[in-house]
Order: sequence, then structure tokens, then C-alpha cells
Amino acid sequence: MSYSDKVIDHYENPRNVGTLNTADADVGTGMVGAPACGDVMRLQIKVGKDGRIDDAVFKTYGCGSAIASSSLVTEWVKGKTLDQAMLIKNSEIADELALPPVKIHCSVLAEDAIRAAISDYRSKQELADAGYVACQPTTSAIVAA
Amino acid sequence: MQTMLTNTEQPIYLDYSATTPIDPRVADKMIPYITQHFGNPASRSHAYGWRADAAVEAARADVAALVHADPKEIVWTSGATESNNLAIKGAAHFHRKKGQHLITVKTEHKAVLDSMRELEREGFEVTYLDPEPDGLVDAKKFAAALRDDTVLASVMYVNNEIGVIQDIATLGALCHARGALFHVDAAQATGKVDIDLQRLPVDLMSFSAHKTYGPKGIGALYVRRKPRARIEPQMHGGGHERGMRSGTLATHQIVGMGEAFRIARDEMPLENARIRRLRDKLLAGLRDIEEVYINGDMDQRVPHNLNISFNYVEGESLMMAMKELAVSSGSACTSASLEPSYVLRALGRPDELAHSSIRFTLGRYTTAGDIEFAVNIIRQKIQKLRALSPLWDMYKAGVDINSVKWATH
Ligand SMILES: Cc1ncc(COP(=O)(O)O)c(C=O)c1O
Repeated sequence: MSYSDKVIDHYENPRNVGTLNTADADVGTGMVGAPACGDVMRLQIKVGKDGRIDDAVFKTYGCGSAIASSSLVTEWVKGKTLDQAMLIKNSEIADELALPPVKIHCSVLAEDAIRAAISDYRSKQELADAGYVACQPTTSAIVAA
Repeated sequence: MQTMLTNTEQPIYLDYSATTPIDPRVADKMIPYITQHFGNPASRSHAYGWRADAAVEAARADVAALVHADPKEIVWTSGATESNNLAIKGAAHFHRKKGQHLITVKTEHKAVLDSMRELEREGFEVTYLDPEPDGLVDAKKFAAALRDDTVLASVMYVNNEIGVIQDIATLGALCHARGALFHVDAAQATGKVDIDLQRLPVDLMSFSAHKTYGPKGIGALYVRRKPRARIEPQMHGGGHERGMRSGTLATHQIVGMGEAFRIARDEMPLENARIRRLRDKLLAGLRDIEEVYINGDMDQRVPHNLNISFNYVEGESLMMAMKELAVSSGSACTSASLEPSYVLRALGRPDELAHSSIRFTLGRYTTAGDIEFAVNIIRQKIQKLRALSPLWDMYKAGVDINSVKWATH
């Protein structure tokens, strides 16, 4: 298998390798893939008060293209709002890294990882929000009207 | 020993089971048969033909001598793939009226498995035996699979991925006791194990030159004469090779295979002892790394092979990291199927260990320096990739990876 220069660069100098505290309310964690399939990606985002992604880190078990795809998306999501990050498409990842057809699944996994991290973050916020809403029952009545 | 392959630009070659370089002594012997003695060995009417024919017959004798066969029992083919096809389909077609059942093992080379699949499409029934977790075939299970209508069983001598050596003498005797023919794919065995066809109960045996320092594109099939193993040709034409395999003989390739097998016979004992020391040195250098697993039995195994799984590191990325080494992996992330090695799977290895496996195969030009260099690189890269691996984190945190509910994709 021959790799593009960009894959090799990300593989040899992976960006943003690391771990954030899964329990923190401002951290979203997405873990996708399966060991039996040969790739597992863990992507974590830290969201600022302004709703933008302040920090993103990853760890990946998988082939060079899987490592490069996850390294690349940590760069891409930083500074984006969650809605903007949700718009990242696997095809853009695959194009940027010039992934061959047999490696497209690596970019799909990276897209899934972003979505999983965002939805983890959002579900934590919803839980917090739910607590808040419970104290002001009128709010929902107003919305319903 | 020459170090022809270990210059600075090229990675250290530790993939001798994929193919070997042609020994320079072999190449020297081949060249005159491309340029000078180019005659067609089938030309009976002039000296060009006689010269080529004499060279072909000398090579046939050298190939036969390595495996203690009669030269008349050696049929030239294009390689072990063709030999396997010819033996399995040829015997099945010839004996179709006698029976329609065949036996093989799930860890065989694709050339055997796909020949069997083709026969299934033609109406034959095939039993695919599971090996034991160490890669060896259990003789009792083999015996139980044999039936009155079994025409042929095919079991490889040495496995290409894990290097284990099957008990060919025992399996062959069981086969013959039930009146079935026995075929053995010995592509990975020549020059590595003593093959004595005077004693082994084997009817058909496949060989390849390029796994034993000969050229690619040439091989042979041993077809027993006493008692005679009968096969139907799969290649029709001028009736070469006593009708079993038509086609003008590739004199220079055949000369190369003969010389390669002659050298193997001479140098095997010393070479294997040397390679075993190097393989053991490699193993000793890796053994104390946490979470490493050896695939396949270590005793019934050729000295050239070490197949190891480095848990929590994916094989392809490890190969990419060790670009100074030329090795192969049981992880099939490179293929469209995403399925890891079917051989490791058949041993019952969990898929994640198959994905984490690396095959090191040593050979004639491997040096102690190569092994020391390799051990350093491997240790360094395992550490690097584990630092990148979420599974390693989980393992270190005491999480049982198998208890996690993974979304398969
Ligand atoms: C066990 C085994 N059988 C058959 C073959 C095929 O041999 P050839 O390349 O000569 O067709 C190989 C090599 O890939 C092999 O390892």
C-alpha cells in the first residue's frame, strides 16, 4: 500500500494526541470502531463558553489512514461551532488525505467520531439543561403556546 | 554471507516466505540458457535442442534428489499455484467415478482452497478441517473425516503464515489406509525440512522455486510412479511432460530451480541451524514486551518463521512505522474485505490479535546485525503506537476490552 504524503505526515507527526477528562461537563467523547475490525478511534472535544470547540484530541488504534484521518479532524474541528463541525463530511477528509477506495472507511469512521463526540457533549448539556428547565416549569408552557 | 539486500536505501528484508532473492550462483547458471543455449528442449533434431534437453534433465535430477524422488516423478509447472491446481483438480477429475469427496484444511494456501471451491462448483463435496489452536491438524479428526468415497486429501507441509510443520507421515498413512490419494503443498518446505518421498506416504507434492532462492514462475509437481498416481492434465497441447503438462519448457527457469534445489540440499543443515539462532535471537529480543502472543506452535515449526501479535497495536500501522523493515501482517486493512488473516482466524485467534500480527521470515542473507536493528526498531515503534492507542489506555486502566459493547462497522 502506498500512502499519500499527507497521510505519512499525519502518521509520523500526529497532531493533538491525548486525553481529556471524560467526566468534565465541557468535554465530549466519541469512541467509534471495534478492535475486531482493526480500528478504534477516540476523539474528544472541549467546548468553550462561546460554543466553539477550544480543544480536540485523539487516540487511534488502526492503520495509517485511520490515524491520519483522526489527526486531521482534530485540526479541522478546533475553532468551529458544534454545528459547523457537524458539517464535516467524510468525503472532504478522504479528498484531503487522498485516501484510496479501500481506505474510505477510515474517513467515515473519523466523521462518525466527530458526531459521536458532539452528541456526547450535547447529551451532557441536555442533562444539565433538563435540570434547569425543571425549576422553571412555565418556560415550557410558554414555548408550547 | 553476502549482505546484498541490506544497503541503506532498502529496508531489511524479513519476508522470505513471500519470496526469496535468486541466489547469485543460481542466476549465474541461468544466464547462458537465455542467450547462448536457447534451444527448445523438445527439438530432437539438432544440438541446440539436445543441449537444452540435457540441462532440463539435469535440473530434474537435482529437484528429485532434494526430495528423494525419481526424476521421472517430477513434472515442471509454472509454480506451486499451478502444481496445486493440477494435483487437486487433475486427481479429482481422473477419479470422479470412484468418489466425489475431498478433504483439506482451513489454513491451506488459496491455491488449494480455491481449487477445492472450483471442484465444489463442479459437484464435488469438500470437508474443510479446522486446525488445532497451535495450527496443527489433529490426526484423529483427520481420520474421522476420511470416507469410502474420499478421492483425495490435501494438507500443506509448512504453513506460509505461521510456519508450522504438519505430520505428513501420519496423515498420509491414514489417507492410504482408506484408499485416498494424498497431496501435499510443499512450497514452503523445501530447504527447510527433510523431505523423503521414499518413505512418506504421499502421492502428489507441489514445489515452487522462488521460495528457495530460485526464480519466480517455475515449479514442479511430484507425481508418484509406484503405485502410480493418476491425474488428468489441466493444460492441453503438445503433450510435454508425459502429457501431464503441455507447453514449451522454460529452460533457464528450470536450470535455476535445479541449481537452487541442489544448493538447498548441500547447505540445508548449516543454514537452518544459523537461521534458527537468528530467529531465536529475534524472539528473545521481543519476548519481554508486554502483551505479545506467538501464533502457531513453536516446536513443530520451521526455524525461519516468527509470527507475533502485538496486542493493542494494529499490524498495518506497525508495518508503516517500521519502514526500515520489510515484513508482512495478518491484518487485512489493505484489502477491501477488512477481514484479518483467515489462517489466524482458523486457529481461533480473536480478530483483534489477528489484526495485530506481524510475520517475520528470515533467510539466507539475514545477519545478526539485521536482527539487532530490527529488535530496536520494533520495540521503539510498539511503544510509539501504544501511546497512540485508546485500547492500550483501556488495558492499562484495567478495562476488559471484550466487555465493551463495540459498534461493528
Ligand atoms: C504454501 C504455498 N503454496 C503455494 C504458493 C504459490 O506458489 P507460486 O507463487 O509458486 O505459485 C505459495 C506462495 O505464495 C505458498 O506459500
